[in-house]
Amino acid sequence: MIAQLAFLFVLGIAVFLIRRRVLFLARTIRLGKANDIKDRTGDRWRNVLLVAFGQKKMFKRPIPAVLHFFIYAGFLIINLEVLEFIIDGVAGTHRFFAPWLGSIYPVLMNLFEFLAVAVMVACVVFLLRRFVLRLPRFWSDEMTSWPRLDAALILVTEIILMWAILFMNASDQLLQGQHEHYPETGKLFFSAFLTPALAGLDVHSLVLVERFCWWFHIIGILGFSLYITYSKHLHIFLAFPNTYYARLETKGQIQNMPVVTREVRSMLGLEPAGAGPPSEPGRFGAKDINDLSWNSLLSAYSCTECGRCTSECPANQTGKKLSPRKIMMDVRDRMEEVGNSMAHGGAGLADGKSLLGNYITKEEINACTSCNACVEACPVLISPLDIILELRRYVAMEESGSPAQWNAMFQNIETNFAPWKFPAADRFNWAKENR
Amino acid sequence: MNPVPTLAEMTARGESPEIVFWVGCAGSYDDRYKRVTKAFVKILQATGIRFAVLGTEETCTGDPARRAGNEFLFQMQATAVIQVLNGYQVKKIVTACPHCFNTLRNEYPDLGGKYEVIHHSEFLQQLINEGKIKIKEGGAYQGKKITYHDSCYLGRANDIYEAPRAVLESLDADLVEMKRCRSTGLCCGAGGAQMFKEPEHGKKDINVERAEEALATGAQTVAVACPFCMTMMSDGIKAKNKEATVNVKDLAELLAESQGL
Repeated sequence: MIAQLAFLFVLGIAVFLIRRRVLFLARTIRLGKANDIKDRTGDRWRNVLLVAFGQKKMFKRPIPAVLHFFIYAGFLIINLEVLEFIIDGVAGTHRFFAPWLGSIYPVLMNLFEFLAVAVMVACVVFLLRRFVLRLPRFWSDEMTSWPRLDAALILVTEIILMWAILFMNASDQLLQGQHEHYPETGKLFFSAFLTPALAGLDVHSLVLVERFCWWFHIIGILGFSLYITYSKHLHIFLAFPNTYYARLETKGQIQNMPVVTREVRSMLGLEPAGAGPPSEPGRFGAKDINDLSWNSLLSAYSCTECGRCTSECPANQTGKKLSPRKIMMDVRDRMEEVGNSMAHGGAGLADGKSLLGNYITKEEINACTSCNACVEACPVLISPLDIILELRRYVAMEESGSPAQWNAMFQNIETNFAPWKFPAADRFNWAKENR
Repeated sequence: MNPVPTLAEMTARGESPEIVFWVGCAGSYDDRYKRVTKAFVKILQATGIRFAVLGTEETCTGDPARRAGNEFLFQMQATAVIQVLNGYQVKKIVTACPHCFNTLRNEYPDLGGKYEVIHHSEFLQQLINEGKIKIKEGGAYQGKKITYHDSCYLGRANDIYEAPRAVLESLDADLVEMKRCRSTGLCCGAGGAQMFKEPEHGKKDINVERAEEALATGAQTVAVACPFCMTMMSDGIKAKNKEATVNVKDLAELLAESQGL
């Protein structure tokens, strides 16, 4: 009874803290501009199934894809066991599903154990890739101490949680037949390798080990769930909505600005001024997070900093300051700053800082070739390019702060109708030239 | 090259073209790319397709302005172009510039310009498939090593990877791929209005990085399908002092040469 109350208390705290953080995330994402995405639901679900659920884009790099798939499958399937943990915790039962599932139960448990081992192997390889092989994309400039620690904490926690499952099962196996609380579940393959380590213990100590591992695992899972909401690891949830809301148009198409269309048409006398709905207030392009659409903000929280975008970026590869991953991390960091300030009654967006300037510099956005390599590379359909272009729009239209050579190009288009300084009258001369 | 009909002349005669050839600013003004324009015109003329150009009525599509962030200028430009095209009731457009192609095809519909737009790589492939261009045995590029550099605005932007390769394969050339190709192709460095400014500070120029990759294939010819890629790849190869042995050519030029045009 005391154990049940203690469990409910722990569960209650976890639910309270996670709910509070999720509401914070939702509020922060809603700082973005409205963007009503209701079209092509079939194509959107297709993206969710293929890209998020089916991990299609991960498989461009097969080795990490297979390892990642183990962790992903482990996450999806082992969490079924968490359901049993919660039922047992609340009801004071032990292995609630065992009598219901009968002979299927040990099959499932063996599958969970296989996945637990696979998750551990994958996490160890990932730690080695990151910290021993030191893959360059995990050590570039924006990978400062916190992103590196975040990655290490996630991998190490997952390994420890899997050990807890295996030791719990091993002690459980030994207790079966010795203690009436532990029903027969049949042989478990992987944890059987651990039973010799526990074989000398008496029943009392075995119960202690089993209970410790059980509590450690469930508190670990609840704690990790809360940690995830503060971490790059949020992608395990947000990859799904992010792929749903990702843009479906061909990558080359830049989103139109209807506000500008109305102004241009009335300037050219194609439409009476004031026709149609009034222009939205606000700026052209984006200076801060609230100028970006909410789905760009969602994608910032969906980014797990894998760096595939940056490793494919031609500007980054040739030593320019631009890193598409940093763009996403900057958006998220600014969201956190504004969100926290607002939650504590601070100035929020009016804190005198902005995404452009305090986080992202013009040098970075000016280096982009809009080649879409980053967009193509992202396994969860994030577009750093959309954000870069919105920032450029702000610089060009609100600040007239584009590079001088671009301003000259703009002027050429205005006066000669070509980006170079050639007279419009000479445009057709090529047809008269010989050769 | 025979005289090139303009849409104005054709309309005055009460005729209309099957297709409008959108030349683009580089195709009109850039000395190197004018040769591509002429090669493409020669192919069009050899196949007897009724085509026209806009001549001095053509202007910039606004692509570089939009990508540099100047949406006002882009839309001013685009609206003016759409007025001209709609005025002539243009239905079908072919262009040798992937940037013009992308803008005309994907971005003009939102502003009231709805046309069937086709890039010259796809158009040439169609001409070959339909037998309107007959590939001669033992052409100039038979067995020659050619590598194709994917233009971002054809490839990732519009998923056109195979048409340019099909054109090259029809020449019986030995098509060799660079390490980064198709959806992972490396940009030449000129997209997103970079063509019109110096690159930001870095370790290396993107076009040199790409030229090194192209040279590593051992190809004597680097095939391109974009005026900006043409400039960047040519400059990159010059920077490696290889311009005497390795040339950069557009698909239309390669096809015209193999046809003896």
